[in-house]
Amino acid sequence: MKNMKRIVIVGATSAIAEHCARLWLKDRPADLTLVGRDSHRLERVAADLKVRSPDSTVRIVLADFIDPEAIQSTAENIVKQGPVDILLIAHGTLPVQTECQASLSLCRDTLEINGISPVLYAETFAKHMALVSRGTIAIIGSVAGDRGRKSNYVYGAAKGLVDRYAQGLQHRFAGSGVRVILIKPGPTQTPMTARLQSLNVKLAPVDKVAELIVKGIEAGRDVIYAPKKWQLIMLIIRHIPSKVFNKLNI
Amino acid sequence: MIPVSSWGRLSADPHHIISLNDPSKVGEAVHKGPHPGVAHGMGRSYGDVCLNPKGTLWLTTGLDHFISFDQNTGRLVCEAGVLLRDIQRLAIPHGWILPATPGTQLVTVGGAIANDVHGKNHHVLGSFGDHIQNLTLIRTDGGVIHCGPNEQPDWFAATVGGLGLTGVITQAEIQLRRVPGPWLNTETVPYANLDEFFRLADDSETEWEHTVSWIDCISGGGGRGLFMRGNPADIGRRPEPPGRKRTMPIAPPVSLVNRLSLRPFNLAYYHLKKLQPRQAITHYEPFFYPLDNLLEWNRMYGPKGFFQYQCVVPRAVGRDAVQAMLREIAKSGDGSFLAVLKTFGNRLPVGMLSFPQPGVTLALDFPNHGERTFKLFAQLDAILREAKGRIYPAKDARMPRELFEAGYPRLSEFMKYRDPDISSEFSRRLMGS
Repeated sequence: MKNMKRIVIVGATSAIAEHCARLWLKDRPADLTLVGRDSHRLERVAADLKVRSPDSTVRIVLADFIDPEAIQSTAENIVKQGPVDILLIAHGTLPVQTECQASLSLCRDTLEINGISPVLYAETFAKHMALVSRGTIAIIGSVAGDRGRKSNYVYGAAKGLVDRYAQGLQHRFAGSGVRVILIKPGPTQTPMTARLQSLNVKLAPVDKVAELIVKGIEAGRDVIYAPKKWQLIMLIIRHIPSKVFNKLNI
Repeated sequence: MIPVSSWGRLSADPHHIISLNDPSKVGEAVHKGPHPGVAHGMGRSYGDVCLNPKGTLWLTTGLDHFISFDQNTGRLVCEAGVLLRDIQRLAIPHGWILPATPGTQLVTVGGAIANDVHGKNHHVLGSFGDHIQNLTLIRTDGGVIHCGPNEQPDWFAATVGGLGLTGVITQAEIQLRRVPGPWLNTETVPYANLDEFFRLADDSETEWEHTVSWIDCISGGGGRGLFMRGNPADIGRRPEPPGRKRTMPIAPPVSLVNRLSLRPFNLAYYHLKKLQPRQAITHYEPFFYPLDNLLEWNRMYGPKGFFQYQCVVPRAVGRDAVQAMLREIAKSGDGSFLAVLKTFGNRLPVGMLSFPQPGVTLALDFPNHGERTFKLFAQLDAILREAKGRIYPAKDARMPRELFEAGYPRLSEFMKYRDPDISSEFSRRLMGS
């Protein structure tokens, strides 16, 4: 079908990404490219989306998340099939902070997959979008990137990197047809937060978070907090003086 | 550990929670855990079939993927955590609908199979299990069982209505049925007593696909009520009703359903409904799922929660048994405004522990008043025992073991198919393990 929106999702098997995809297909068919590392899981997501929206095109791309050359060629192959309207970068992992402290290689992996990898994906697609001066890049950061905390600062540092990067990219594309959107979900009910769920931490339902993201992207917001209350919470957190903050057990 | 309640909110005991998110890893996740577990979907069963205090609940809502849907044949394959709501929303625009659906669509496919749920059209199309072509069951020993009416039918009969005790259902194939659209022609007919109810039921069964009735359980044991019936309507497209959702924001400190509120409510409901036009065109959501728009309505019974008493009695003694029960309830002053009376069709249930059987089913909610409520239940049980009826496990939190054993004669046959590492509060209470 012509005139379908072309949407590329990196980390398409992540629960938030998948729920966004379901919403994008809900009212009209779209041309979806699902990028991920596990073909079995990608196929499961693709089959589900095809049932939900038989008129949509759903493609699967197996990709590397770390190697810059592989990332570049993945993007080139995708762009070859036509310009991208929306790129959603959604992959990530949430390790246990103390395990990061115990293992430098886990520390590095966490920084790479949550920080460097999303930046490389955004950067390579940005090049193509700049050429045609259109497209939206939406990157999933996190409220954890707003201020370093002892409970998750390695993950938070990676997400903070994404935050600063998105800020710069927004500056670069200001006034052009390319939009850059940073999404900051609060703790959300997904497989990634299974450990938090078992600790009885209150988490936002993933479909509600996805709904806010899809609406925010549609509206072209610069920053989307999901759920919205996190905007206020993090505003306060960011402004607590260190002397006080460092005494808090959060 | 996390406190978990079922729909009746009678308890909030701590449970270990394991989320199942990938069907290919379910075997690994349920294999040899430190505690026995049981699958848990939306937690919409009222009592304890979905609970396992201090044990493990395998949360199935992450298994929410469709696998295939053939628009020509109406065959749908999906994972067990898919909600009936999502199937209806997917299929109805293509002219297909779930053949059997309970009074809420916020339940998973796995839960609908495990409780072999029924709906308003049982007399025509049977229960949920009647439409399952095959299913996949994962055992805690790592075994995978594919079964259906024509493939390992014994495992199928044990699993449909098997309360999750034969393994974890991960996937199912459902035969949907043709439907012209989302609308129904509906009719509401007041009846003054049980004789009129049975006459209406008999008259309606051949011409109407859906029949159900609300019964006034307060007014003197007379058994007046409102009989509702519906048929799929072919009326083309028209704007759908706005799906406005309200939430019961808090559990009030005392039940809003009490001796003071019941009588005026039932009186008002009966007379107001009587004033409404008899015939209407109704969207399937308010017709099938009248309470789904009031999210968490179970909170209105207050912090102590509530029981549902749903039983079925054979047709021959149906009128007298229902009459006797209504009399006891009216005498007690407790009772619900969600009192439902419906006749089941003359078909044999699919599952060894399936609830529906030929006869008439009565369902009532009761706020939990402790001893007082249990005393009433003991009186209802006595009538039920006499009538050779049985209680619906999906609704139960208290039935005596001998009543369960008498009501479900295939229980000993069923026990051979149980998974030894699966256990629920219900199974410990009524099956000994």
